[in-house]
Amino acid sequence: MLNYIWFGMMAIGVAAGIYNDKIDAVTNAAIDMAKVSVEISIGLIGIMALWLGIMKIAEKSGLIRIIAKGLKPITLRLFPDVPADHPAIGSIVLNMSANILGLGNAATPLGLKAMEELQELNDQKDTATNSMVMFLAINTSSVQLILPATVVALMGATVSEIFITTILATSLSTVAAIAAVKFLEKRKRFAIVPAQEQNHE
Amino acid sequence: MSELLVDGLNNVAKYIIPTLLVGIPFYALSVKKVPVYEVFVEGAKDGFTIAVRIIPYLVAILVAVGMFRASGALDMLLDLLAPVLNFVGFPAENLPLALMRPLSGSGSLGLLTDLVNEHGVDSMAAKIGATMYGSSETTFYVLAVYFGSVGIVRSRHAIPAGLFADAVGAIGAVFFCKMLIG
Repeated sequence: MLNYIWFGMMAIGVAAGIYNDKIDAVTNAAIDMAKVSVEISIGLIGIMALWLGIMKIAEKSGLIRIIAKGLKPITLRLFPDVPADHPAIGSIVLNMSANILGLGNAATPLGLKAMEELQELNDQKDTATNSMVMFLAINTSSVQLILPATVVALMGATVSEIFITTILATSLSTVAAIAAVKFLEKRKRFAIVPAQEQNHE
Repeated sequence: MSELLVDGLNNVAKYIIPTLLVGIPFYALSVKKVPVYEVFVEGAKDGFTIAVRIIPYLVAILVAVGMFRASGALDMLLDLLAPVLNFVGFPAENLPLALMRPLSGSGSLGLLTDLVNEHGVDSMAAKIGATMYGSSETTFYVLAVYFGSVGIVRSRHAIPAGLFADAVGAIGAVFFCKMLIG
């Protein structure tokens, strides 16, 4: 899937770039974005270190386990293949809480911690598990109670009007994400292919 | 009423991070006698490795998205889709943002700014746009970072599910704005 989408975006980019006489812009975008990617990653180091450090303290003190236990009824349904007392559940819950509260800076490190812990349960390291896809889909559909600071700055006083609509829209998209993941994970198309049978489509 | 609520939530929000930064070590140190400084440093060490591990995945995704965006392909897609969406009542001025949202965070913020400048903060177009922007995440970026951090290359149903949710969210934004704000 990703192979086709990735190649497709670049191929369409070049074709449309030639057609629209924007091929220079396409070239520049490729080079600029390569640079930007590294800047983003390097920029993450400090925030990652901060939250991973705090998380380690939370883990050692048993706080993560307490949180994971409290939300067991929900997480057990969303992530049936993760044991209820696994540290991944704690990280997932903290990541979602950070998202809900609009703490983007904290959400990413917590999310990556969760991914690392989910990877421990994965016996095919290059392929996403059902729980990973579920976790990702919930993250990309964004559950948040607090509007991004950029939106607040841009909309000024009007922000109070879009507060409710944003919560409703984001809840709807999260429900859609969960339903789509649950539906698609059972399709044969998206089944996990055992390593020895992979034919590099 | 909701103005008060927003103010209240934003006021609470600014105390959350400081509370966590102090509260977690406080609990660990006082209740569990955890050597907090040592444990913090131990955990923080992973920050570098994880951030660096993401680079190749992020380069792959952001370069492809950047090329696609710069080529004008999105405008061509818009022209193609506009008559269909107009027919079903999806406002044409919000379509660019809906298509951009999963691809690029900075790109969609730019489009939202354009909407506000062009139509005014009080316009329906700006309110729908802000709702769309606030209710969704940059799907491709999140996928590259999250899956990249652990070396997942086979994403299975993650993209179809994510894009489906984005579409539902965008339609939801239009629907809820039209219904509730008017």
